[in-house]
Amino acid sequence: MDLNILSLLIWLPVAGAAVVIGLPRRRPELVVPIAFALSVLTLGLAGFLVVDFDSADAGFQFVEKAAIWSDLGIDYHLGVDGISVFLVALTAFLFPIGIVASVHIEHRRKEFMATLLLLEGALIGVFLSLDLILFFVFFEVLLVPMYFLIGLWGGERRLEAALKFFLYTALGSAFLLVGIIFLSAQANDQFGSPTFNYLELLDLDISRTAQYWLFGAFGIAFAIKVPLFPFHTWLPDAHTEAPTAGSVVLAGVLLKMGTYGFLRFNLNLFPEATVQLAGFLAALAVVGIIYGAAVAIVQPDLKRLVAYSSVSHLGFVVLGIFALTSQGLSGGVIQMVNHGLTTGALFLLVGMIYERRHTRDISAYGGLQKVMPWFAGFFLFTAFASAGLPGLNGFVGEFLILLGSYTRHPALTIIAAFGVLLAAVYLLWAYERVFTGEPDKEENRALTDIGLREVSILVPMVALIIALGVYPKPVLERIEPAVERVLDRLEERTDFESPLRIDDIADEEVNR
Amino acid sequence: MVDYIWIVIALPLAGAVFLHFFGSRLREPLPGVIATSTIGLGFIYALIATADFFAGTGEAETVHLFDWIAPLGANAELLWDPLSAIMTLTVTGVGALIHLYSIGYMHGDARYGRFFTYLNFFAASMLILVLADNFGLLFVGWELVGLSSYLLISFWFHKPSAAAAGKKAFVVNRIGDVGFLIGLMLILAEFSTLTYGTVLEEPARVITTGMATAITLMLVLGAAGKSAQIPLYFWLPDAMEGPTPVSALIHAATMVTAGVYMVARTAALFELASFSAAAVATIGAFTALFAASIALKQRDIKRVLAYSTISQLGYMFLAVGTGAYVAGIFHLFTHAFFKALLFLGSGSVIHAMGGEQDIAKMGGLRKIMPVTHFTMAVGWLAIIGIPPLAGFWSKDEILAIAFGEGGWFTFLWVIGLITALLTAVYMTRWMYLTFWGEARWEDGVHPHESPAVMTAPLLALAVGSAGLGLLNTPWPFKPALEHFLEPSFEAIKMAHIPSGSTPWILAAVSILTAAAGAWFAYRKYQGADAFDIAPVMPRRTGVWRWVGNAYYVDDIIGNLIVLPGKLVAAWTAFVLDSEIIDGSVRAVGGGVRRIGGWLRPIQTGFTRNYAAVTFAGVVGLLLWFVTRGVG
Amino acid sequence: MEVTAGWYLALGALLFVIGASGMLLRRNALVMFMSIELMLNAVNLTFVAIGRHVGDLNGQVAVFFVMVVAAAEVVVGLAIMIAVFRRRASASVDDLAMLKG
Repeated sequence: MDLNILSLLIWLPVAGAAVVIGLPRRRPELVVPIAFALSVLTLGLAGFLVVDFDSADAGFQFVEKAAIWSDLGIDYHLGVDGISVFLVALTAFLFPIGIVASVHIEHRRKEFMATLLLLEGALIGVFLSLDLILFFVFFEVLLVPMYFLIGLWGGERRLEAALKFFLYTALGSAFLLVGIIFLSAQANDQFGSPTFNYLELLDLDISRTAQYWLFGAFGIAFAIKVPLFPFHTWLPDAHTEAPTAGSVVLAGVLLKMGTYGFLRFNLNLFPEATVQLAGFLAALAVVGIIYGAAVAIVQPDLKRLVAYSSVSHLGFVVLGIFALTSQGLSGGVIQMVNHGLTTGALFLLVGMIYERRHTRDISAYGGLQKVMPWFAGFFLFTAFASAGLPGLNGFVGEFLILLGSYTRHPALTIIAAFGVLLAAVYLLWAYERVFTGEPDKEENRALTDIGLREVSILVPMVALIIALGVYPKPVLERIEPAVERVLDRLEERTDFESPLRIDDIADEEVNR
Repeated sequence: MVDYIWIVIALPLAGAVFLHFFGSRLREPLPGVIATSTIGLGFIYALIATADFFAGTGEAETVHLFDWIAPLGANAELLWDPLSAIMTLTVTGVGALIHLYSIGYMHGDARYGRFFTYLNFFAASMLILVLADNFGLLFVGWELVGLSSYLLISFWFHKPSAAAAGKKAFVVNRIGDVGFLIGLMLILAEFSTLTYGTVLEEPARVITTGMATAITLMLVLGAAGKSAQIPLYFWLPDAMEGPTPVSALIHAATMVTAGVYMVARTAALFELASFSAAAVATIGAFTALFAASIALKQRDIKRVLAYSTISQLGYMFLAVGTGAYVAGIFHLFTHAFFKALLFLGSGSVIHAMGGEQDIAKMGGLRKIMPVTHFTMAVGWLAIIGIPPLAGFWSKDEILAIAFGEGGWFTFLWVIGLITALLTAVYMTRWMYLTFWGEARWEDGVHPHESPAVMTAPLLALAVGSAGLGLLNTPWPFKPALEHFLEPSFEAIKMAHIPSGSTPWILAAVSILTAAAGAWFAYRKYQGADAFDIAPVMPRRTGVWRWVGNAYYVDDIIGNLIVLPGKLVAAWTAFVLDSEIIDGSVRAVGGGVRRIGGWLRPIQTGFTRNYAAVTFAGVVGLLLWFVTRGVG
Repeated sequence: MEVTAGWYLALGALLFVIGASGMLLRRNALVMFMSIELMLNAVNLTFVAIGRHVGDLNGQVAVFFVMVVAAAEVVVGLAIMIAVFRRRASASVDDLAMLKG
C-alpha cells in the first residue's frame, strides 16, 4: 500500500488543527473555510476507505506498523476491520457538519476550529489503533480538546460540566491503564517479552480470575464512556453545557468509544469473563434503556431530554453486543452508527432553536410548526428515526438487536422492547409541546425558519438516515465477517455456543 | 405483471415524494389529481395482476426486490397471492375513491398539497403491509401506517386536541407493537427467519402448541392495537380529530383492518394455537358489544361511526378467531365500502353544516342533501344487515359460522346477535337525528348539497355497499370470494357455515333483530321535538351516565396508568437520578474536597518547611538503612 | 599527623550540616542560595576525597557534573530572585508563600 490511508486519516485533521491555529489573526475569514475543507478532505479519505474495504476479509485491513519502543513492545500499529470502518466514517462525516453548525461562534473561533480538528484526529486514532498504548494515548488525548470545547465554549454551568466529564473519564482511564499494563506483564511472562500489540495479546492465555479483574478494569473505563447505568450522570451535564458541535461529536462518536471498547477488547481478550458476565452487562444495559427513557419523558430541558435518550439508545447497543449472537452484534455495531446520525441530528436541531431563542426550556415553546414548518419537519423526521421507525436507520439496529438478543436474554429483551414504546412517548410528547398548538408566545411568533446553511447540514444526515434504513446491506455485509470472527473466537476459546448465528438463517433458506 | 407488482407501492410513494417537494407550489386541485391518479393507476395495475386469480389459474408468487436485513430473513420481498390481492384491491380501490373525495373536501385548506402527500404516503405504507412476504417487512408497513395515521390525525396540528389525539394513537399503537415485536422475537428464535414461507408452512414441525400460543398471543396484542380492540381500542375515537377522509380511509376502511389481515395471514399459527384463536374471537365479540353500547349515546357524528368501526372490527376478529378466515376478510371487504361510505357521507354533512359535528344540532337534512341522504341510507341498511345489501351477507356469515362451531362460540354468537341489535339502534338513531325529523340547526348554518367530486365517490361506494355482498353468496356467483381466496388458505382447516336449514333460520333471526332495533330507535326519536334535544342527550343517571361517558375509560387510563407513569418517571428523574445517583457522585467529589481541606494546612507555603520535611525524610531513610543494614 | 581521607569526609559532613542549617534557618534568599552552594560543595569534597581514596576518577567526573548543574541553578535562581526583588523590594522568602494551601 503506497498511501498510508489510516495514518492520513488521523494526522490530516491534526495537521489541520496546527494550520488553523497558525493562521494570521487578521484573516479570520479564512478559518472556517480551511477547517471545513480539511474535514471534508478527511471525509473523502474515509469514503475511499469504506469503498475500498474488502467485505470478504474478516481481519484487519490497511495495516500499518512501525516500532515506537521495541523494548517495551509499543508500536505504531493501525488497522481497520468491519467494526471500526463505519465508526471512522461516521466520525469523518460528523465533523464537517459540526464545523458548519458552528460558524456563528465568534469567541476564539480559530481555537474552536482547531480544537474540533484535533478531536477528530484523536477520535479516528482511537478506532484505528491496534496497539493498546497507542489506543490509550488517543483515548486520553481527546479528553483535552473535549474539555476545552465544553469549558470554553459551553453554556452557563460549563466549567462544572467540563470538570465532571474530565474527572469521570479520567477515573475510568486509570483502571484501563492498569489493565493494559497487567496484560503486557502477562505477555512478558508468557512470550518472554512485553507487548502491547493487540493481535499478539489475543493469543494470551489468561486465567479465569485474571480475566474477571481485567474485564472489570477495562469494563469500568468503557462503561463510563458509554455511559452505562449508573455511570451516566456526567452525560446530561456535559451534553447540555457543550456547544452544539460538541454535543454532536460527544453523542455521535465519543460515546461509541465505550461500546467499541467493549466489543474490541473485552469480548476478544477476555472471552471467559465475557460469557460469564454477559448477563450482568445486558441487565445494566436494559436498566439504562428503561431508565434513560423514563427520565427523558419528564425532562423540562430539551437538550437534556436528548441526552437521556442517548443513555437509552446506547443501552440497546450494549444489549446487542452482550447478546453474543451474530444478529445482536451486527445490530450493535450498526446501531452505533445510527445513533450517531440521529442523535447528532437531534442535537443540531436543538442547537438551531437555541440559537434563536436562547432557551432550552420545553415550556418556553409551543406552536412552532406554524412559524417554522421546515424546522418542524426535520425535527419530526429525526424524532421518528430516533424512535426506531421502520424504513429509517434506527429501526434496523434496534430490530437486529432485539431479535438477536432474545435467544440469549429473553426476559431482558422483552423489557428492552418497552424502550421502543417509551421512545415514542418522550419524543412525541416533546414534539407536541414544542411544535403543535398555536404559537401563543410573542417571542415564538417572530422566529424565522431555518435557512440554507442549516438545511444543507441537515439534508446529508436525513439522506443517510433514509439510505441506511432502506438499504443497510452494504453496511451489514461489511460488519458481518468481523462480527462472525468475534463469535468464532468466543466459541473457540470457551465452551460457549452462540444461540443464533447468521448461518442459521442461511440453513433455513436452503431448507426451503 | 406480478414481477413488477412493486409498482403498486411505488406509484403512491412516488406521488408522496413528488407532492412533498412540489405539492405546495401546485395550484389546487392539481395535488389531489396527482395523488388520486397514482393510487387509481395502482388499482388498475393490481386489477390486471389479479386476473389470473379470477380465472383460477394464478399461483402465489414471491418477488424479491433487494436484500434488506438479510440476517433476520427480512428482505424486501413481496408476496402476491389472493389474500394480498384482495387487500391490495380494497386499499387501492376504496383508497382511490377517498382520494377523489378529498379533492373536494379539503378545498381551500392551507396545506392542501401536504394532505395528499400524507394520504399517498399512507397508501404506500398500507400496500407494503399487505404485500410483505415476511414479518419484518410487514412490521415496516405496520409502523409506517401508524406514522401516516399520526400525521393525518394531527393534520390540523394547531388544534391541541388534534395533536394530542395523534400522539395518543401512535403511542397506544406502539403498546401493541411491543407485543408484536416480542412475537417476532419468538418467531426468530424458533424459526431462525422471519420469512412467511418458512414460518407458515407447517409450523407444527418446528414449534409446540405452547410456543404457538405464546407467539400468537403476542401478535394478537399487536393486532388489538392496530385494529382498536379491547384492551387497546381507546385511541380510535380520538382519532376522529383528523379530517374526515382520513377517518374513512385509515380509521375505517384500511389501516384498522390490518390486525384482521395479519391474523388471517398467520392462520397457520393460529390453527396450531386454538386458545389464541378463541381469545381472538372472544376479544372480538366483547369489543363489538362494548363499542356498540358506547355508540348508543355518542353525539358527535363521527364518534358514533368510530365506535361503530370498533364494533365492526370486533366482528372481523370474531370471524378470524372462529377460523372463518374468508368470512373475516369478506366482512373486512364489505365494511371497507359501507363504512368508508358512511364516513364520507358524514364528512359531506359536516362540510354542509359548516363544521358542525353534533348530531343533536342537525336533523332534517334529507331534503337538502338528497344524494348524501340516499347514499347514507344505503350505508345504514348495509351496516345494520338488511338483505340484500353487503353488510348482511358478510355479518351473517360470521354469525352463522360462530353458531355452527358450538360451545363457547355459541355464546359469542349470542353476543354478536345482541351487537347486531344495538347496531341497528344506534345507526338508526344516527340516521334519524342527522337526516330525518325536524331541523335543529344553530343560527347561521346554511346546509347545501356537496359538489359532484364528493358525491360521485359516495355513489360509487354506495353501489359497492349494496352489491358486493353477492360476491360470496351461494347465488348468483357461487361463493366466489371463498373460491378466490382458497389458494391462500389451502393448508388451513376453515370453519364453514353449518349445512341444512340452520343458516336460513339464523338469517331470519338476524334480520328480525335488525328490523326490531331499527324500528325501536325510529319510534323513540320520532317523538323528539324540533328544538328540544333533551331526548337526544345522554341521560345523566345510572348506567346511561357511564355509557354516555364511554365508561370513563379515558379517565381510568389517565388516572391509573398515565398519571402514575408520569409520577414514576418524575421520581426517577428528579429524585433517583439527580438526588441519589448524581448525589452520590457529587458526594464523592465533596468527600475528596473535604479530605483535601483537612490536608491543606500542611502546605504552609514556606520553602523552609518543605526543605525541613525533605531533610527529615532523608535522615529517616538513612537511619532506617543504618539500623536495618543495607540490602 | 597525616591528613587521611577521613578528615576530608568529616570536613565535608561539617560543611553540609552548616549548609543545611543555613538553608533551614535563614530567611534571606541570597543567604539560602549560598547555603545550597555550601551543601553542593560539601558533596563535591566528599566525592573527590572518596574518589582519591579508592583510586577512581569517576569521583572527579561527578564533581564536574555537580558544578555545571550548580552554575545553571544559580543562574535560574538569581534570575527569579531579581524578578521577585523588583516587585517586592525584599529578599525574604517568607514573603513568597503564595502557594500556601
